[in-house]
Amino acid sequence: MSLLLFKLALFFVLLAAGGFIVYLVRQQKLVYRWSYRILLAGFICHTLFFAQQYYTLGVAPVLNMKSALSFFSWSIIGAYLILQLKFRLMVLGSFVAPFAAFLMLISSTIPGVEMVVKPMYRSMWLTVHIGTIFIGNGMFAVTFMTAIMYLVQEHQIKRKKLGSIHNRLPSLQTLDLINYYSLMYGFPLLTIGMITGSIYAQYALGSYWRWDPKETWSLITWLFYATLIHERVAVGWRGRRASIMSIICFLMLLFLFFGVSLWLSDYHSFRSLGGQAGI
Amino acid sequence: MIKIASLGMSHETAPVELRECLAKDPDNVSAALASMRDLECIHEGLFLSTCNRVEALYTSEDLDEAKKSILSLMSRLSGIPEHRFLPNIFTFEGKEAVSHIFRVASSLDSMVMGEPQILGQIKDAYRQATKAKVSGVVVNRMMHRAFHVAKRVRTETGISDAAVSVSYAAAELAKKIFRDLDGKSILLIGAGEMAELAATHLMGHGVSSIRVANRTFQVALEKAESFNGTPVSFEEIGPQLLEVDIVVTSTASTEPVIKYEQVKSSLRKRRNRPLFFIDIAVPRDVEPRVNELENVYVYDIDDLKGIVEDNLAHRKDEAVKAGRIVQEEVLKFERWLKSLEVVPTIVSLREKAEDIRQTEIKKSRNALGSLTPSQVKAIETLTVSLSEKIINDPILVLKKIALRATRDTYVDMARRLFKLDQNNIDEK
Repeated sequence: MSLLLFKLALFFVLLAAGGFIVYLVRQQKLVYRWSYRILLAGFICHTLFFAQQYYTLGVAPVLNMKSALSFFSWSIIGAYLILQLKFRLMVLGSFVAPFAAFLMLISSTIPGVEMVVKPMYRSMWLTVHIGTIFIGNGMFAVTFMTAIMYLVQEHQIKRKKLGSIHNRLPSLQTLDLINYYSLMYGFPLLTIGMITGSIYAQYALGSYWRWDPKETWSLITWLFYATLIHERVAVGWRGRRASIMSIICFLMLLFLFFGVSLWLSDYHSFRSLGGQAGI
Repeated sequence: MIKIASLGMSHETAPVELRECLAKDPDNVSAALASMRDLECIHEGLFLSTCNRVEALYTSEDLDEAKKSILSLMSRLSGIPEHRFLPNIFTFEGKEAVSHIFRVASSLDSMVMGEPQILGQIKDAYRQATKAKVSGVVVNRMMHRAFHVAKRVRTETGISDAAVSVSYAAAELAKKIFRDLDGKSILLIGAGEMAELAATHLMGHGVSSIRVANRTFQVALEKAESFNGTPVSFEEIGPQLLEVDIVVTSTASTEPVIKYEQVKSSLRKRRNRPLFFIDIAVPRDVEPRVNELENVYVYDIDDLKGIVEDNLAHRKDEAVKAGRIVQEEVLKFERWLKSLEVVPTIVSLREKAEDIRQTEIKKSRNALGSLTPSQVKAIETLTVSLSEKIINDPILVLKKIALRATRDTYVDMARRLFKLDQNNIDEK
């Protein structure tokens, strides 16, 4: 049942990603509308999949690389859907959906292993920690994508070469605004995620903070994002500078997600969490 | 057989002096339609009169005769002797006439290719023709197809996508910098037709407030009044840069009016809100280096002209695509038109059957003696259904093959088998 849900979700998300790419090229509204609906259907299946997993395991079902990638993909689509309610920016899906589909596809190719649920995972703090961190990361993924779109569009306008890409991308201010909002939604989530994480660590491991590589990196990343927000709000950074900074921040986040988890970490990696070679 | 043709003059064939003679009087269209209705040789028609073209579309069995009548009609309406405008007349017949009206409706024949007005004008012309009862089956179908083609061209090609005038291109650019032009404000420095046009376009897109600066305050005052804006003195430009979002410059000054340092120093106070300079002046009013500043965009007249040229080239490319759509639709229409050719045969078949029925009833009427009305009715019903059932299958076959290549053979066969043409037998 749960496998079927996941496969269905993967199928819908891939289909929607294809549709969004077709929309990007051919600019037909009908294609967009269907891609959006299919993506929504995929998201619902994916949500049901996680709900079912949570119900059977009793913990947030994100204990190895496979499920983490899948959950990251879910978070990105979720963040996109939330922002879409406010901005209704059709072209954004053409960037978000393929990225999310890519992560999900990788996740599906990693062989599944039985998730070993140690008793210490059965904590509300861990669930909140994982949930908020991931949804925050989903928001930051959207920040990252709008930053890239912004830089491309700005480059075209400054260079005065207005091609078909220029026509397909929205206005600079729109991109900057979505960049701002996704950052503003994502940052508190990241913060809450880190706090609940340390509370959980206190319960499970006996200390709030152990300076392992993952914790250190996430603190640095958090500081980078904090700087970006400060510059935006207090100094009035926008546009190009804010975009470049949000790209740097997201690259650090990706390193935190993949690099630190795979190579550096000790207790925080999925390896020690009981999965196979984990995050 | 009915043929389609069109005849008239357009911006490509005739100078405006000639076209305006025909287009000047708005009643000309209804006068022309009335005459077309009265003309024996013209079956159906439509009369289109815009500032870029005056033309008649008609169907007739005798195209030469019809052409003569339309020419004399045009001469009468314009008050110009025929020989004076004859060299400026274009004529299209058959397939080409269909293709022509499709192209016109899709704005492929317009002076500015892709402009949207022409479709509305054609719709009006068609409405008038229907009202005057000059249009019929063929014209109705043709015009509906024309609207369909226009819609396809608009949605499937990028022919009317991009701006092809400098002022419009400036407004389009502003929409790619700002999320929403509502609530934005413009500063217009100097006066000039193109700059004012750009400001008007921007206001048409939602820009709400406008300030006008001029070296002569009196001029600023007058211009501000015509735009419903605020006059600003030349010295106030610096402080104004902190507030406005778009600056349109068009002064005769030989020195730049907007300097790099000036803009740079205002940016922090603006909290880096984007600032868009549209510099229409020659020599330029805004130092080119200003474009290097973050969140500041400068477009001068050459940049805008460059965009317009690119867009025009793009439209030409798209026109090729549109041409393919037109061809495709002309073929479809032709097929429909051909299918009409079986209609006369079906009609004569029905007439013949009815004829026989009437004759036979008349013959037998005496032998039947006196009949009650219900018996008369019964005989009517009997004979009608008898004759209808006999010719029903041949008619179905004719309708079915109407679109096939073998149509002519079948039509010919049917006419011979049922002896629909009296002289068929003499030929044998």
